[in-house]
Order: sequence, then structure tokens, then C-alpha cells
Amino acid sequence: MNHSVFRLTLPILFGYLPLGMAFGVLFATQLEYAWWIAPLMGVVIFAGAGQILAVSLLAANAGLVEVFVAMFVLNARHLFYGLSLLGQFRGAGWRKVYLIFGLTDETYSLLTSRPRGPDRAYEQTVDFRITAFNQGYWVIGCALGALLADNVAFNSTGIEFALVALFIVLTIEQLKALGDSLPVWLGAAAAGVAMIALPPAHQLIGAIAIVTAILLLHYRRIRGEQSSEGDVNRG
Amino acid sequence: MAESTYIAAFIAVAAVATFATRVIPFLFFERHTEHPLIQHLGRYLPAAVMALLATVFLQRSGTWTADLPGFDALIPGLLVIAVHLWQRNALLSIAAGTASYMVIQQTGVF
Repeated sequence: MNHSVFRLTLPILFGYLPLGMAFGVLFATQLEYAWWIAPLMGVVIFAGAGQILAVSLLAANAGLVEVFVAMFVLNARHLFYGLSLLGQFRGAGWRKVYLIFGLTDETYSLLTSRPRGPDRAYEQTVDFRITAFNQGYWVIGCALGALLADNVAFNSTGIEFALVALFIVLTIEQLKALGDSLPVWLGAAAAGVAMIALPPAHQLIGAIAIVTAILLLHYRRIRGEQSSEGDVNRG
Repeated sequence: MAESTYIAAFIAVAAVATFATRVIPFLFFERHTEHPLIQHLGRYLPAAVMALLATVFLQRSGTWTADLPGFDALIPGLLVIAVHLWQRNALLSIAAGTASYMVIQQTGVF
């Protein structure tokens, strides 16, 4: 089982190691703090863009209220992820806190895309291992980057595309599993609108807010049609 | 504030803020998992979010000011789609796309 979890998370390994290292290098070169604080942040925060933002906040000696607001706003897209996992995480016991803690973009993608059997406790164990493997890659990346700082031997330019490729693959898988392309077009269109209308820092949350609002309208329309069909049947 | 106190407080605040964004839906919607609206979002939101993540990050991977705007990311992206529709092997699709992107970025052909 660990072997299959490893296979499943391999694209995350290729994405998280270089990104984690990028954060580690940034941390070590921009700040005067001890190197091990970089992996420590990977352990207790575990947010890619958030930690990179944290480097500039630290460099600016930002106030703690400002830090809270900035980190909350930057990660606000995660507010929507839990909505599709409420049922899956139900009854996961002590594991649940960690499953919620580790809900990054990439972990969310894997957990919502993989096929599931009827045994929920078993599936939650797999979810837990996926999350832990992903965080392991991330923490190792943060540590390596901070330690190596400026002597990176292998030219890994572009390897972070693994995460983009993963999102494309998962979109295709979602499309096949759902048998309905509507949400895919809505998601892409919302991203397009957000990228035109918003600065880069707010594009992800903007796109997710747009697509959630459209799905709410979609839900109201379906419910409306269903209830009017009910009226016809009754009449 | 001493430097070590500041960094400890900073990390604690950043960790709490990040965890808050992830735990809030579980605190406020836990009792409503059977609600048809939550079921509707659970069914459609992952596909929509995946498509928007793919779109946003694909756009950010490309050089749109080049002579062939965005080709350095669009070609690897199309390769991922083609290989995945052909073999439906996630690792193969991702490896093909990533390798081609690395070659394009490192050689600067576009």
C-alpha cells in the first residue's frame, strides 16, 4: 500500500522538492535566521505560496496582525476545499486534524481525484499517508534549499512544471469520472476572468469565488427545475 | 521584541492563520454534509477547481511576451493532454510534459 501511495504522490515529489528548495534558498539568502527555521516552517505552516510570502514579511519585520491577515487572505482559497471533503473526513478520529491541516492545493487535488472503495476507514488511512508523504517532500525540500543555498549542482530549471502537469492530468480524470464537462469549462472561464480582472496575488481566490457563486446559481436552477417538474407531475 | 521571540510568534501566527483557512468549513458545515447544496458543491467543485488551477498555473508557466506567446508552456501542456488521452498513465503524462518544459526553458527555443 505504501508503494502505491508513493506512486500516487510521485508527481508531488517532483513539484514539492524544487519548490521547497526555492523557498529554502530564498529564506537562507534573504534572512539572517538559522537554516533549520525553514524546514520548521514547512512542518508547522505547510503552505507553499504562504511561506514564500512569509519571507518578505519577515524581511520587512511585519507586525503580527499584518502577518495573520496576509497569510489568511493568501490562503483563503482553502476555505472552499473542505466543502467537498466534509463527508470523506467524517469519523477519521485523531487523523482528521492532520488531514485538515495538510489540505494544500496538491493534496486536495489527489484526495478528490483518486478512486475510492466502500471502506471509509481504510480510505482515510490512505488519505492520511498521502498527506504525510506530501508534507515529507515539502519539509525535505525546505531543508535542502536552506542548507545548500547557492550551490545547487543540477540544473532543475522548469521541473516545477510537474505540478502544472499534475493539475492538467487531474482535470482530465475529473472530467472522465464526472461525465460532465460543465464544471471544467466554468473553472477555466473563471480563471480567465480572474486573470484579466485581478492582480496575480488575488487570482486564485477570485477564480474560486466566481466559480463557487456560479455553482450556487446552477444549484438553484436545478432545484427550481426539479420542483417545477414535481408540480407538473402532481398536476 | 527579541529576535527569537519575534520569529517564534511570527511562525505561530502564520501557522494559525493557515490552519484557520483549512479548518473553517469543517467547523461550520460539519452538520450539513447531507444537505443537497453541499452535495452539489462536493460533486462539481473539485473539477472546477482543478480546471482553474491548471489554467492559472499554466498561464504563469508561460512567457507571454515571446514571439510565440505562451508556446513555452502551451506545448508541454498540450503534450500532457495528448499523452494522457493516449495512455492514461498519470506519471507518464506528467513526466513527458515536465521533461519537454525543462528542455524548452533551459534551451530557450521559444
